[in-house]
Amino acid sequence: MELTTIWFLIVGVMLIGYFVLDGFDFGVGISLPILGRDDTDRRVIINTIGPVWDLNETWLIVAGASLFAAFPEWYATMFSGFYLALLLILVALILRGVSFEYRHLGRGREWTRWFDQFIFWGSVLPPLLWGVAFANLAQGLPIRPMEGGGWIYEGTLLTLLNPYALLGGVTMLLIVWVHGLVFISLKTVGEMRDRARSLAKKVGTAAIAAGAAFLLWTVLQHLDSEALWVIVLCAVMAALGLIGAWAANAVGREGWAFTGNAAAIVFALLAVFMSMFPNLMHSSIDPSYSMSIAGAASSQKTLELMTWVAVFMMPLVIAYQAWTYWVFRKRLSRDLIPAAAH
Amino acid sequence: MNEILSPASIDALTLARWQFGLTTLYHFIFVPLTIGMALLVAILQTAWVRTGKLKYLRLTKLFGKIFLINFAMGVVTGIVQEFQFGMNWSDYSRFVGDIFGAPLAMEGLFAFFFEATFIGLWIFGWDKLPKKVHVLTIWFVWIGTVLSAYFILAANAFMQNPVGFEINEERGRAELTDIGAVLLNPVAVTQFPHTIFAAVMFAGVVMVAVAAWHLQRNQFVDEMRTALRFGAWTNIIAFLGVGLTGHSLGMVMTETQPMKMAAAEALYNNASGADASFSIFSWGTPDGAHEIFSIRIPYLLSFLSNGTFDGSVEGIRDLQAEYEALYCGADSALTCPSSGSFVPIVWVTYWAFRWMIGLGALAALVSAVGLWITRKNAELPKWVWKVAIWSAPLPMLASLVGWVFTEMGRQPWIVFGVMTTEQGVSPGVPGWAVLVSLIVFTLVYGALAVVEFRLITKAAKDGPPEIEQPEGADGTPGEPDQQQLATVY
Repeated sequence: MELTTIWFLIVGVMLIGYFVLDGFDFGVGISLPILGRDDTDRRVIINTIGPVWDLNETWLIVAGASLFAAFPEWYATMFSGFYLALLLILVALILRGVSFEYRHLGRGREWTRWFDQFIFWGSVLPPLLWGVAFANLAQGLPIRPMEGGGWIYEGTLLTLLNPYALLGGVTMLLIVWVHGLVFISLKTVGEMRDRARSLAKKVGTAAIAAGAAFLLWTVLQHLDSEALWVIVLCAVMAALGLIGAWAANAVGREGWAFTGNAAAIVFALLAVFMSMFPNLMHSSIDPSYSMSIAGAASSQKTLELMTWVAVFMMPLVIAYQAWTYWVFRKRLSRDLIPAAAH
Repeated sequence: MNEILSPASIDALTLARWQFGLTTLYHFIFVPLTIGMALLVAILQTAWVRTGKLKYLRLTKLFGKIFLINFAMGVVTGIVQEFQFGMNWSDYSRFVGDIFGAPLAMEGLFAFFFEATFIGLWIFGWDKLPKKVHVLTIWFVWIGTVLSAYFILAANAFMQNPVGFEINEERGRAELTDIGAVLLNPVAVTQFPHTIFAAVMFAGVVMVAVAAWHLQRNQFVDEMRTALRFGAWTNIIAFLGVGLTGHSLGMVMTETQPMKMAAAEALYNNASGADASFSIFSWGTPDGAHEIFSIRIPYLLSFLSNGTFDGSVEGIRDLQAEYEALYCGADSALTCPSSGSFVPIVWVTYWAFRWMIGLGALAALVSAVGLWITRKNAELPKWVWKVAIWSAPLPMLASLVGWVFTEMGRQPWIVFGVMTTEQGVSPGVPGWAVLVSLIVFTLVYGALAVVEFRLITKAAKDGPPEIEQPEGADGTPGEPDQQQLATVY
């Protein structure tokens, strides 16, 4: 296999890792005002992800930097093209991040209410906008090669907000919400666990409906793709993951529900990445304007170097992150949360 | 001289430059405190683990809390830094991504994951990890911050002194030839310790300021005297490091970017020996080219630039002529600035260079005098403590003007000798979009600065928490299920 293809997969795996991991952080954040009836409830919810949200978010930073190193053309065209959407994502991530840390440090209900709002909106916007962005990548964008090299995005923010992409955004939002709800039920005991499970049933039904529509639409858009059978396979697996997660949640098998939902995220994103293949960005102006994986990639030398770095570091990274999850494996409950003493 | 301030030139390029300057300087308020304070907290916690003295644990908790409030801001503003290259500087990113992306990706894989994982273990691991394992997690966090600094400085060094690459004409970009050269760039090797020492200085004076606030009120005297002297010694030792490494950095800079050194002194004509003097203060004509009054130290500029007293230093006029011949030839679309000028804004570089040195030295002086007058536990007048408290921001300001000097002194280049800044800006992003994001970042960053400052002062004024000596001298944690969590959000 070409190194360029390998790096397409590595960057894909990193982005998928990001959505699987930070995905449940988003879902937990969205659930905060809905499941949290009082401040202790809300602190239980936030503390389910307390020790891990930062390392989960780091997957985005590493995926972004790896994308830059391996596919500078893609990084340059996509990040400047999605300018305002990325600005919104950045602001959301900034406010969400500081809120986890600052929420408990102030005095008064007004203070915590502000930061609860930031956590909620900071958890709604990124999955919605990432969903829109990745659906657009699957569908194709108005890009054109420039004289002297490189591509330029010729659309606006509104170009991105087409029906297919919006459905992609809503699908992503619903799936990560279920993901977070299942995570809460996996990490708590008592009433909170039950409430999370029963809400996951309702949201899960909506996620299955949106997911099925989005995946079907994705397949129909790529009937002439050389990777059609892979797209279909991924779409089917993603749908099965969603349904399996719903069923497991309904019978109280939280671990399986979480696994199923994680698999749904993995395969739905794989379907999207395979829809892009063998391009990184399809041009909606003219197929010959598309940015191919090889055309956007760094030199052989850089890719070889980065492959060594990734092969050496990734197992180590996964090992110590897994250890962290092991250290913080215990379920939380209301009586484990000390009274706010600041 | 003021070309970047005139309203006629408000375009995507100008706005993107303002945005980069604003977001980068803002990010760099938090970074040094993170790097420096992680080290000091790790030392304090180690002191507790080794001696079992409760005062070290209480100081660890207090400065650990300040560290975390600050850490959060460093993390969230850092994401903007990474995204910004693609958003505002896409032509730069596609031209040098083959080289510049590698240290950024390595920073992520080697440092960010490490830092983000172990910070979670440190915050929440107090009752989940054995004492000796837990103290390692904060050391790992510090190692992560330092590694991260190295990789990002190596990336920056490529912009100051590009090495280990060749231009691929066919692809129209620069490509990596030697990663060893990129990572061992002499600019990175000297800039790195300079930056780390400066960071430790900042943490040292913040610790001194917090201690002074409490000592003025005669509270937590035992802990705070320890903190005061620890912070002050740290600051002085780090200042010596800053000075020595700053000198090597100056010599490397003279070799790699002589125009920056000339602009640091506003030296218009070549000078050598006693004429290569360093002005502590000068007043010139509005265009800066003629001097009206100055206080000068002979030979010092020669020493700063070459390490000898009889060396020569190139002036701005000579370098301008040299660069015109070198970079504005027939086929130099990327290397000839549209203004034709290779001179940075001289008053900025001149004064930034002096403020950097002056503010840093002042901070060290305050610590040195402070150590002397607090050597005995005697009653001291109030203003003494006030001076200590108000000198807290000095090393931070020194770091910030230091970066203003480094980055504005690099202009008009985005990558020295290879690509000009105006060539690097995103071609497809309209000025209004950059303006919107500049406004949004200014508002969000401004509001967060207020919140962060209040939280840090509140934590500092609350002082060290009451703690009972934890059970089990061997440091085995209790059964977590039976008790409330030690740390929660």
